[in-house]
Amino acid sequence: MGRIVIDETKCKACYLCIEECPKKLIKKSSKTNKLGDHLVEFDDPDNQCIGCAMCATRCPDMAITEVYRG
Amino acid sequence: MAVQTFKIPESIREGAKFSFCPGCDHGVAVRLVAEVLDELGLTENTILAASIGCSVTIYDFLDIDAVEAPHGRALAEATGIKRARPDKCVFTYQGDGDFASIGLAESLHAALRGESITAICINNTTYGMTGGQLGPTTLLGQKTTTSPTGRNVEYYGYPIKIAEHVALCDGTAYSARVSLDTVANIRKAKQAIKKAFEIQMQGLGFTFIEILSTCPTNWKMTPQESHERVRTQMMEVFKPGVYKDITLEKTV
Repeated sequence: MGRIVIDETKCKACYLCIEECPKKLIKKSSKTNKLGDHLVEFDDPDNQCIGCAMCATRCPDMAITEVYRG
Repeated sequence: MAVQTFKIPESIREGAKFSFCPGCDHGVAVRLVAEVLDELGLTENTILAASIGCSVTIYDFLDIDAVEAPHGRALAEATGIKRARPDKCVFTYQGDGDFASIGLAESLHAALRGESITAICINNTTYGMTGGQLGPTTLLGQKTTTSPTGRNVEYYGYPIKIAEHVALCDGTAYSARVSLDTVANIRKAKQAIKKAFEIQMQGLGFTFIEILSTCPTNWKMTPQESHERVRTQMMEVFKPGVYKDITLEKTV
């Protein structure tokens, strides 16, 4: 039961994290940045996140600022 | 009890936001350098010689001392810094155009002199900041703004394999090529960068890391397609691996 923290001001909507998540817990959000691109959001209703930090390792902009495990 | 498995490195300047294009692997490379500096406790003891191109903006993001040396002269300047302050960790962060075209003489001679400096070269097979012109590492057949029909051997010659060239220099202690296309490769890249900094601090010689990176904007691809291109095209020509490591040779 982990969780991640996304800094929406840093997300540039490259969507690399969406493919990287082994549990597919990151998805496109309805919110947009100032360029009109849809941001990503963490959607984990069943507490499946394992805190592997693969999303944060992949993110080129450090928009995933914190990852917790357990 | 929750364990934090990822946090922003302390060597990153507070509130820093990368100015790179969406999906550009420069951000990953800068973060890896920051993580390594954190782990080795070198943040307060490091001087960076920045280059020209997209890579120059690293001094906005890292909370370390930096000097700007445009147009390929980063390793010449780093040599001066290291000789004046041999106790400091000195590294350069350059693009392939800066390292292998504009500054090839400075780069290779720093390796031949065996200066205890770490050079990090980001290879994205094009000149990113100026608009995607043909660079020294542009692959055969690759279309750029200055090779609109693709790079052909008759007119443009062959791309340079930097890690192999640097490995041939006798002053080189460590030369490796890594890639950032998958999380596994990102972790390997971090190990290589860490090893290079460790060898530098032991004063064994010149250390070099070539990082295969992407340029989605100038390749006109999505970030996902760019990583696929790194895997299928770039890694065929620029094979990842450790080309020289004198710490291993000593133990054999």
